[in-house]
Amino acid sequence: MSDATFLEYVVFFSAAIMILGGAIGVITLKNPVHAALGLVLTLFGVAVQFVAMEAHFLAAVQVIVYAGAIVVLFLFVIMLLGVDESIDLSIEPIPIQRPLAAIMGLGLVGLLGAAIVRAEDALVINPGSGIDVAGETGNNDSNIQQLATNLYGDHVFAFQLTSVLLIVAVAGTVLLTRKWPRDAGSSESESSDA
Amino acid sequence: MIAAIGTSSYLLLAALLFAIGAFGLLVRRNPLIMFMCIELMLNAANLTFVALATQLGDINGQTAVFFVMVVAAAEVVVGLGILVSILRRRPGATADDLAELKG
Repeated sequence: MSDATFLEYVVFFSAAIMILGGAIGVITLKNPVHAALGLVLTLFGVAVQFVAMEAHFLAAVQVIVYAGAIVVLFLFVIMLLGVDESIDLSIEPIPIQRPLAAIMGLGLVGLLGAAIVRAEDALVINPGSGIDVAGETGNNDSNIQQLATNLYGDHVFAFQLTSVLLIVAVAGTVLLTRKWPRDAGSSESESSDA
Repeated sequence: MIAAIGTSSYLLLAALLFAIGAFGLLVRRNPLIMFMCIELMLNAANLTFVALATQLGDINGQTAVFFVMVVAAAEVVVGLGILVSILRRRPGATADDLAELKG
């Protein structure tokens, strides 16, 4: 595992700085629009890491779906509701909450880090069995082809269920955000009843 | 050249990202920012999935990330829909203001 080239280290650390800097921006910036831009930075960093780990299809989907659709949705809602003014972060509604949350975060990092370091020996690398080694077909599409074979083979039922999930989500959102004509509707129903 | 950088580095990065997201979710009071923090934590989980999928040469991890992305998209759509309908009625509401479910 020590055969990483200098360039790979540069890619890893610059993407890591993008990810962590964007994440810190999300939780510290006062303006929600700036926080959304920090989220974009984080998502692009994760996409870079996906490319570095040879998950090319997921990197493309990450950029298109997350940075493209989800963040635009966030920005739409921010602009639509007009909440794009700065928030005063110095007010602490619950006094001891921030120190406790910081302790929780550090403890989480400590626990996960200890587990990762301890389990490092279990992660035996088996050379030549990676995902994007030139597979059966030997062309450059082997990652997306393996993903498609797995998705439409082993997980085809779950894949079909996601379509149900998306339909329910879209219909539910339309129902939730619809402006119900409360008074007009009730009077109409009453008049129709009468 | 698969994962020349050790998988542990990716896992540690994902752990840091998850902790930042969890901290922000606990600390911030703006519901939109809290949603963004949930996205950060989901991305940390995705990073872990892809790192271990690459490490173990198992494509199932990448399929799991695919499903996580679909569910995250649906979750954001529904969550922002709820948020829009709440904030339309009570502009500028924070998470503390929404503590009671009286409507």
